[in-house]
Amino acid sequence: MGQKITIEPVTRVEGHGKVTIHLDNEGNVEQTRLHIVEFRGFERFVQGRPFWEMPVVVQRLCGICPVSHHLAAAKAVDMIVGAGMGNGLTPTGEKMRRLMHYGQIFQSHALHFFHLASPDLLFGIDANPAKRNIINVAFEHRDLAIQGVMMRKYGQEVIKATAGKKIHGTGAIPGGINKHLTEDEKEYLLNGDEYMDIEKMISWSRDAVEFFKDYHKKNKELIDAFAEFPSSHLSLVRKDGALDLYHGVLRAVDSEGRKILHDVDYQDYDKYIEEEVRNWSYMKFPYLKEFGRNKGWYSVGPLARMNTADFIDTPLAQKELEIFKNYNGGKPSNKSMHYHWARLIEILHSAEKIKELLNDKDLIEGELVTKGNKTFEGIGLIEAPRGTLFHHYKVDDNDLITMANLIVSTTNNNQPMNEAVNQVATKVMTGQREITEAMMNAVEVAIRAYDPCLSCATHALGQMPLEFEVYDFNNNCIDRKFKG
Amino acid sequence: MSKPVVATTSLAGCFGCHMSFLDIDDRILELIELVEFNKSPINDIKKFTKKCDIGLIEGGCCNSENVHVLKDFREHCKILVSLGECAIMGGLPAMRNGIPISECLAEAYLNGPTVSMNEERILPNDPELPILTDKVYPCHEVVKIDYFLPGCPPSADLIWLTLVALITGDELQLPYEVVKFD
Repeated sequence: MGQKITIEPVTRVEGHGKVTIHLDNEGNVEQTRLHIVEFRGFERFVQGRPFWEMPVVVQRLCGICPVSHHLAAAKAVDMIVGAGMGNGLTPTGEKMRRLMHYGQIFQSHALHFFHLASPDLLFGIDANPAKRNIINVAFEHRDLAIQGVMMRKYGQEVIKATAGKKIHGTGAIPGGINKHLTEDEKEYLLNGDEYMDIEKMISWSRDAVEFFKDYHKKNKELIDAFAEFPSSHLSLVRKDGALDLYHGVLRAVDSEGRKILHDVDYQDYDKYIEEEVRNWSYMKFPYLKEFGRNKGWYSVGPLARMNTADFIDTPLAQKELEIFKNYNGGKPSNKSMHYHWARLIEILHSAEKIKELLNDKDLIEGELVTKGNKTFEGIGLIEAPRGTLFHHYKVDDNDLITMANLIVSTTNNNQPMNEAVNQVATKVMTGQREITEAMMNAVEVAIRAYDPCLSCATHALGQMPLEFEVYDFNNNCIDRKFKG
Repeated sequence: MSKPVVATTSLAGCFGCHMSFLDIDDRILELIELVEFNKSPINDIKKFTKKCDIGLIEGGCCNSENVHVLKDFREHCKILVSLGECAIMGGLPAMRNGIPISECLAEAYLNGPTVSMNEERILPNDPELPILTDKVYPCHEVVKIDYFLPGCPPSADLIWLTLVALITGDELQLPYEVVKFD
């Protein structure tokens, strides 16, 4: 008998999703799908709202990385107020936003690695699901749990100091920022108490990278061979090829490292990128037009950024990038589990950047806002924790939004996540008489590597925990398993 | 005596309320000594395994799945708390309530600048996808809700003080700074 397996909800990811796997009567995997099951309709319902609301409205897409939406929208509306595209702000304006962004990357990556992903690494993919969670990490690996909790807190405090509030702040405004960093805030973040200490954050970030490298040595099969498949990689990079999470040009490389998108101006993103709609998911499937629907898909996020960037402009992270690139023979890594490695290198980079910025006097004084002549269209891109995020708005004479287009980070990873699901399901489920919880968790581990933010992805209206359903070849649902 | 059991879910929300919950920071280490967690997106318990004392609901109801999950929470939890603006009044997603859902779908999948190649005019409609409700409903219009915590998101302190009050049975004392919402 064939069967259909459903994993729903996908857990320990941010948002709601569901996986279906169809097996034929010989137990071969016929079809796998990661469905995003919610839709919100932002593109339509922001129409008619004033453009200056966008940075605070659209961040409500996602409470996990609201700063990313806040800043991508701010960069788009900068253009509408005539403050240039990403490079026209005052030093204070740009640096405050960058500090906010590095705080965001730091907290989001810490959340993902420690709270969501580490249980799989610490306890094993096939561990008892009742124990495979952050609470058990807190009971059995208390020091690691404290590090995770306090690193996330540090990032959140950086956001609060720059945006006014840890979640859904209001710091960025069209053309700049609405506050300086105060001396007290600076002192608190540099050396506030036992944990509010940037040196400690840098040191813990280094420990986290070391932890992963050590784990990698002992678990080569899982980290290198699990969900490995050829993929192209896309991100913003600084004009000189450095990793830049706030601003840059669009670059893509293929699975062998050949450039396929040559550092282009992101104002032309819609010349290069198109999205396919498939009827079984609310999340669209972006691809590079030049290579078509089947071959043009690409990955984004930390791993893609390690693959596209030539170097990192902070010394400790650069050293780690060199180790990463050497390990992969100077070619892009197409190994899904290397996302975790890349994420930790970025945690270290963000901590270094935060330290650099906290010591910059432009944060304490200087003009906050740039003014210019109004335009009617704005496009803002940023490298969010999970990858390249696109915001595009048009406005009318009354400053009201007439068009909004959003391509969120996780949407860019739609096809790669589906590839990863297919690969892992085929590997662990083919010919098995009984589908176990551990097999289903293996599929989720592959999804988790991408740190999908299904919340964002559902800016159409959103929810994503995982459920598995098993269908026979007559399409009868014969088994329905939820994790746990 | 066994620990009180807590379950959480995010319906049509953004996970911001769950993030604010995590913003209790190191108090989370204290909390796990006080309570046991059941169904929640932060662990791998996908279906209720027992009756719970407290259910925290983030987000309103925008589709059939949300309604199903919310009813399931009502059935399994003695106390249900609407956490944040979306659960309480639909929140930002309810901005679509004045607009026909077909227009929202058309804008996302047919009209945008990067979907011009969708010549077959495909819309997501697979049976695997939950059916969208005509509008976004606040939770208390679907089931009885016992307590409401306002804010977008409610502050970590508000969530913490409420949980402690529910666990201990002591009256909730809110300092002035915590009673401030946006």
